[in-house]
Amino acid sequence: MKLRPIAGVLLRQFYLLRGSPVRIIPMFAWVGIDIVLWGFLTRYLNTVGGGHIDFVPQLLGAVLFWDFLARIMQGVTVAFLEDVWSRNFLNLFATPLSIAEYVTGLVLTGIATSVLGLLVMIVLATLVFGLAFVSLGVLLAYFVLVLLVFGIVLGILCSAMVLRWGPTAEWLIWPVPALLAPFAAVFYPVATLPGWMQTVASVLPPSYVFEALRSHLADRAASTGGLLGASLLTLLYLLLSAAVFASVYRHVVRSGLLARYSAESPG
Amino acid sequence: MTHNEQLDPRGARMKFEEGSVPLGANVLQVDGLCKWFGKKAAVRDVSFSVRRGEIVGLLGPNGAGKTTTINMILGVLAPSAGAIRVAGLDVARQRSRALAHSNFAAVYASLPGNLTVAQNLHVFGLIYNVGALSQRIEELLAQFELRDLRHTKCGLLSSGETTRVNLAKALLNRPELLLLDEPTASLDPSSAHEARRQVQALAQGGECGILWTSHNMYEVEAVCDRVLFLSRGQILLTGDPRLLPKRHGVSNLEDLFLQIAREPLSERPEERP
Repeated sequence: MKLRPIAGVLLRQFYLLRGSPVRIIPMFAWVGIDIVLWGFLTRYLNTVGGGHIDFVPQLLGAVLFWDFLARIMQGVTVAFLEDVWSRNFLNLFATPLSIAEYVTGLVLTGIATSVLGLLVMIVLATLVFGLAFVSLGVLLAYFVLVLLVFGIVLGILCSAMVLRWGPTAEWLIWPVPALLAPFAAVFYPVATLPGWMQTVASVLPPSYVFEALRSHLADRAASTGGLLGASLLTLLYLLLSAAVFASVYRHVVRSGLLARYSAESPG
Repeated sequence: MTHNEQLDPRGARMKFEEGSVPLGANVLQVDGLCKWFGKKAAVRDVSFSVRRGEIVGLLGPNGAGKTTTINMILGVLAPSAGAIRVAGLDVARQRSRALAHSNFAAVYASLPGNLTVAQNLHVFGLIYNVGALSQRIEELLAQFELRDLRHTKCGLLSSGETTRVNLAKALLNRPELLLLDEPTASLDPSSAHEARRQVQALAQGGECGILWTSHNMYEVEAVCDRVLFLSRGQILLTGDPRLLPKRHGVSNLEDLFLQIAREPLSERPEERP
């Protein structure tokens, strides 16, 4: 992989962001709205709950982490969709740019935009609602890392879906975080779920993150085996998502879908 | 002979470094190219070459297979059979290295409209790994009279300005092979003349070999050293565009085009058994 072509992909996204407040505002606005909404809800729950459970870290912490994952997925996917919307595939893929370089550029864009959102969320949640993230210690870094990589996995897979099924498949990818959230047990223990949903949860790395978060808040030790398994699963999914994207790319080059992508390309 | 050895027009053997093609040697070598979409053949057994310093016209009616052929050379469409070499490099096996020696401009592939002219050139300059990029961009902005438009978003440009920007992008990496798919289709006569003059100067200066598609037969006759007539995915005729009409008993290239377009191959498009 060469660095300059990756820098080219990144620079394109930077120019787009710099030239358009409409692209920048959602990076902060939605996460800010979420934190404010859930922040007041948790504050209210603390009032009526009689102080038995502190809902701030339970709910607001979970919202913050889940939003972070969703933002990374969307950061990668939106960077890809910018090329769909501007019908740029022919210009891009008729260059020496390799697929690995292109996807790396998308991923770095997703990381950069979502980390900005994460910082805004942490500042708001800490200053306004007293969420004490520092108490998580090394677990915080672990949670962020697993969710970051899993968000990248989702972003790459969603981009592959749009590449394969055409621009209209864009509407299939936006609900993905909402579809996964019940299985990832963001707000409740995995044990709450029925058996078949627990099976799905067991192959979703975020479910281990949220279980570990709840364990930590309840002063219980998080399952080391679970955390290790989540790490391995995440890495496996990362490799698989890269293989899926490469395979879809080969398919669209072979079938001619890429060459005529700007026209709506159903299957 | 290896892929990095070729015979020059006089039959002498030329040897060159991979990816560095001397004047008169093939910058593009297409051998037995086929593309099937299901049972339909879009391109059938097409073979041709483009030498450095020459302009080859790829002609044919709509649906003849011109853009399919160009897409395969650009690496965005995989051939069903055959081989494509750019500057001696196999596009299928050495895609990135081969495509570093080519570039293209097409009326249907404008640069992203939400970036300015200069931003687009910077982005694609990095993607093509162009050295001394800022200097190269300044040269191209001057060459195509785009200096005043450097901060204009590409989506706001006129057709003529868009064509000039596309040509500037196409020359960013000083390609040895330049693919131009109807580059003057949306230009007024004066702008088209200027674009032709600049492209011809590139070929005459030996900077690159050019594969040019156009439906403007006057333009083809004026610009191309050699033409390939494509119909139903096959090459029917090749030769000097100024001599071909007389050889086929018509008065000009447009009449020859009409003859070929109206009386295509006697057989139906080949179907896969």
